[in-house]
Amino acid sequence: MIRTESESFDPLDPELDVGNWIRDAYDWFTDTFQPVLDGIDSALSWAFDTLFDVLSGPPFLVMIAIFAVLGLIVRSWQFAVFTVLAFYLIAAMGQWDGAMQTLALILLAATIASSLAVPLGIWAAKSQTVSQIVRPVLDFMQTMPAMVYLIPTLFAFGIGVVPGMISTVIFAMPPGVRFTELAIRQVDSEVVEAGQAFGAPPGRILRQIQLPLALPTIMAGINQVIMLSLSMVVLAALVGSGGLGGEVVAGLNALSIPRGAEAGLAVVVLAIYLDRSVAALADRAPVVRASQVRE
Amino acid sequence: MFGRKAEQAVRQLEEGATSEDVARLGATAAVIDASFEVEPGEIFVVMGLSGSGKSTLIRMLNGLWKPTAGDVYIGDTNIAHVNDAELRQVRKEKISMVFQHFALLPHRTVVQNAAYALDIQGVEKDERLTRASEALELVGLGGWDDKFPSQLSGGMKQRVGLARALAAGSDIMLMDEAFSALDPLIKREMQDQLSQLQSSLNKTIVFITHDLNEAMRLGDRIAVMRAGRIVQIGTAEEVLNDPANDYVAQFVADVDRTRVLTASSVMEPAQYVINANSGPREAQHTMREKQTSAAFAVGRRDNKLHGVVRDTDVVGAVNRGDTTLEGVIDPKVASVHQDTYLADLFAQSAESPLPLAVVDDDKHLMGVVPRVTLLSAMASIASVVHAGEEAAVDTTGGDGRTSLPENGTTQLQPDAGPAVGRLADYGTTAQNPTEVDRD
Repeated sequence: MIRTESESFDPLDPELDVGNWIRDAYDWFTDTFQPVLDGIDSALSWAFDTLFDVLSGPPFLVMIAIFAVLGLIVRSWQFAVFTVLAFYLIAAMGQWDGAMQTLALILLAATIASSLAVPLGIWAAKSQTVSQIVRPVLDFMQTMPAMVYLIPTLFAFGIGVVPGMISTVIFAMPPGVRFTELAIRQVDSEVVEAGQAFGAPPGRILRQIQLPLALPTIMAGINQVIMLSLSMVVLAALVGSGGLGGEVVAGLNALSIPRGAEAGLAVVVLAIYLDRSVAALADRAPVVRASQVRE
Repeated sequence: MFGRKAEQAVRQLEEGATSEDVARLGATAAVIDASFEVEPGEIFVVMGLSGSGKSTLIRMLNGLWKPTAGDVYIGDTNIAHVNDAELRQVRKEKISMVFQHFALLPHRTVVQNAAYALDIQGVEKDERLTRASEALELVGLGGWDDKFPSQLSGGMKQRVGLARALAAGSDIMLMDEAFSALDPLIKREMQDQLSQLQSSLNKTIVFITHDLNEAMRLGDRIAVMRAGRIVQIGTAEEVLNDPANDYVAQFVADVDRTRVLTASSVMEPAQYVINANSGPREAQHTMREKQTSAAFAVGRRDNKLHGVVRDTDVVGAVNRGDTTLEGVIDPKVASVHQDTYLADLFAQSAESPLPLAVVDDDKHLMGVVPRVTLLSAMASIASVVHAGEEAAVDTTGGDGRTSLPENGTTQLQPDAGPAVGRLADYGTTAQNPTEVDRD
């Protein structure tokens, strides 16, 4: 709510211009860091365009074949068959370009979110102080209605893919941090002690003991990051990131059930494909594989 | 010391406060008073129930946890006051550790796990895998190199843990409840293997356990811990026979002493000994003087047990005019090693007409265990267990004394009619059918 400036504070009729303060702070921030923000903007735009070109460049049948082979490698032939049918359906519904745009956005956002979340999670696991600071910040990031992020990012980066991507990163990051912190803390303390007892420095213990043992849980966190990114697709479309979200928004504006349903179905297909693939990757973690070895 | 206001709590403890007192400060005193020295090559067992501070103690020995106050010396290095890099160096070179729940890396193969310490030490790959394989061979896991820990049973996993510690090549091994998570039979097996390995490797081992029988089996010396304090340090026999306080006494009350006390702790000086190099006449004279029907023939200079001679044979030799005893020494004499447990003496003692000869590694006669001594040792153990106090030993008079180690070395007590007891010993042997046959 926007309030007029009041001369003095009346406790019986309290008025605080929290919104204006945040705007002022944000204005100062964008003014001061404009070059940095511009740099981020152009880097992300370039990355998105490149990834989108790679995904949408080849004929859709070639891409379906590639997705199917990936599915076969990480999971099973059944999954590969599902992949072929599901992605063919996307193409048949005329949603192929939108789907590739969304896929590019999600892959990029999830990669950025994960590469921020995992180190932060490790740091939080190592330091009680960091953990105590990070926890309320994560709560804040996750509970703040995601749409609110769109406003400042829109100001900073203008209409396009980047504000949506930044908002997605902020919204999708928390589970990645939480899962990583939990995963590292859950590693059997005796095994960590074993590393210490034989004289391993902390970096080696992290690399050789904690990360490998925590990997399945960290992967579950990354899976969550991807799923949350997908859920931001429609919102990001509101500030012009296009893709399947754009189709959904357009369907809503035109009150067109077919348009909305087709785009929605395509989002579901992407979600299932990404979820199953990442879950399969988690099952291929060395710890999991070693525990499944049988004579 | 854990928790808040640790410094203040330490000061209070030094001024005589109890751990309950400092608990009110919000501090938990895990280890309060634990001063001890471990000799190179010994197995030093720290025994205590859960909560007694033994796990904290062992973790302070390699600096996993830092003591709030006090020092830990390894050689000349004070572990409590070195920086992290020096501490890691000490851990790499001098101390290895075996953990209660094995603490293996599940994603590495058995041989890679065994090579872990060498990996940290920076040993080149081929060499460390070879050395790890050798260590696995040593603990009886040859051929399991490429399995994963999940494919192994608990006992085998701990063998890997042991191999990892051995491969590290350090002189000191810390074993934190190393066998506590294992089945009883596997546990016995591992204890035996550790003893066996120790006899050839001669490591300095600090072994933590809550199992008194384990402590007794393994420990050269045992430290009994209670509520953060070491209440007694001593050999198994000292702890058993001379408990420092009621707590220790209660603790040891139900220990099977026949599996702790050894032949050397109950043996008595051999009374009927003749010189194996002497002639039959001298032997006859000695035996007549001591009024015995049989005697141990022992080398004069080296005290080596040659065998046993019997009165009839000696008289025969004298009559024949033999000049040496060689023809009449019967080498088939029931002898046991001095470290044999009492439990293992019974069968031999029951079969042997003579007292069991106790010998050391080189067959030197150290003493004898007459059957009556063994039986009375048993009786006194039973009475101790029943009465719950060692005073019962004294009330049984002459019978009980043999269970106490100091009596194993002292001479007979005048008030107990010992001579009668001795003769009774040999009385039984004389009436043995085999003796009669020889007549």
